[in-house]
Amino acid sequence: MTSAALPQTLRKTALNATHRAHRAKMVDFGGWDMPVEYSGLVAEHMAVRTGVGLFDVSHMGDIQFRGPGSLAAVQRLCMNDASKLQVGQAHYSAMLDPDGCFVDDVVVHKLSENDYLIVINAGTREKDVQWVRKTVGHMPSIHISDYSDMYTQLAIQGPKAQATLQKLTDTDLSGIKNYWFTWGKVAGLYNVMIARTGYTGEDGFEIYIPSDEPTSGRVWGEVLAAGAEFGILPCGLGARNTLRLEAAMALYGHEISETTNVFEAGLGRYAKLDKGMDFVGREALAAVEAAGGPKRKLVGLEMIERGIGRDGYPVCAVGGEKIGHITSGSPAPFLKKNIALAYVPVQYAGEDEVVAVEIRGQLVKAKVVATPFYKRPKKTA
Amino acid sequence: MAYPEKYKYTKEHEWISVEGTAGTVGITDYAQSSLGDIVFVDLPKVGDALEAGKTFGSVESVKAVSDLYSPVSGTVTAINEELKDKPEKINDDANATWLLKLELKDASELDKLLSAEAYEKFVSEETGH
Repeated sequence: MTSAALPQTLRKTALNATHRAHRAKMVDFGGWDMPVEYSGLVAEHMAVRTGVGLFDVSHMGDIQFRGPGSLAAVQRLCMNDASKLQVGQAHYSAMLDPDGCFVDDVVVHKLSENDYLIVINAGTREKDVQWVRKTVGHMPSIHISDYSDMYTQLAIQGPKAQATLQKLTDTDLSGIKNYWFTWGKVAGLYNVMIARTGYTGEDGFEIYIPSDEPTSGRVWGEVLAAGAEFGILPCGLGARNTLRLEAAMALYGHEISETTNVFEAGLGRYAKLDKGMDFVGREALAAVEAAGGPKRKLVGLEMIERGIGRDGYPVCAVGGEKIGHITSGSPAPFLKKNIALAYVPVQYAGEDEVVAVEIRGQLVKAKVVATPFYKRPKKTA
Repeated sequence: MAYPEKYKYTKEHEWISVEGTAGTVGITDYAQSSLGDIVFVDLPKVGDALEAGKTFGSVESVKAVSDLYSPVSGTVTAINEELKDKPEKINDDANATWLLKLELKDASELDKLLSAEAYEKFVSEETGH
């Protein structure tokens, strides 16, 4: 184990001092000094599955497109069909390179006519902003703004997320559908964007508040106080990772990257090849489709024998021949199984196929299972 | 005291307690705290020969794998079987939860290990606070 002293170059969110004051364990995540865990990864993970958890996700970036040409720019940049979005609606999408591989995965929000907000990953911010300017900067009648540093983004996640946040706002949260958003007064702040989005496989909200330290710290504290009766825990990126893995959601740099295409990653349903706009990467994806689909696929694995498959471990046929690799692997705290996502050739991708994960020189058996590993119970209310 | 005076320590965060030529090995409180929730411990078998400074197994938390390094050379005489089902006991009390016992080959190897005070200083330098 190693833990080096903090380099001066790490970036901090407005809540950095709050995290440190609460003795969170901090790590370098994509160049950001972020909390990896507070009270403990497993406790935080379980709080989100059974109650509510609070995450600082201010390291995520935000690019806004405005002007009469904004829809055309978003359509050229991103694979999903943004013309289908209504004002107040968001969807999952991705920016692709000409090979149909990922520059980044994003969430596109339609703020109003001719006004879109794209939420991007922290580790790819600079690359994304450059890519956006290079790809659509020349298109007519658009204004592109990088508002990444303007917002503190808080994720309130779990079956008690609505009850928690409702105490801080008069906006009727039950009226916001999944992947929709609105603006309301939250903790005394006017016109806060409240989105029913998240990255945990659980119901929840993400709110976007001004990024000054006093406001960020105050709202953080108010959310924790509001959730106290539900056992709310502040959560780190460790729990965020195991939660999204149980829900089989892709993480940039792991399941998706500049060397994985949309179909391999199983995200073809978000690529609208026939949307009537030639987006970057479309031609390459059409060629993959014409050739009968991808040669390898992202699958879910569950360890059968004792052992934990981790990121980067080789996946082998039972005989020992190397056939692929794990992109993310971990014990699953809620499911209490050892799970992984892995790329394997399509002939090994069928459910119940038995393969082996090479763990420090040993072949340990695993089987292909359906994803997501975890699906939240349907709401009864 | 997070690090008992009577133990000796490695820079890889193992402790060893010695009586005569019998050693007992565990990981430090700092190690368990850094790893977080421990879910898996991989240990050698009774009779295996360990070499000072070489890996003899691993301990895994939800978020990480960490190799275990033997503080001294010797032959394994016992394994803590309880850890197979209850690895989280290490989180509960790392100083009292042993991984294995061994018969020391050369007691002079102990001189190369850190005292509790020196280990504490090493950890505070490594973490920067």
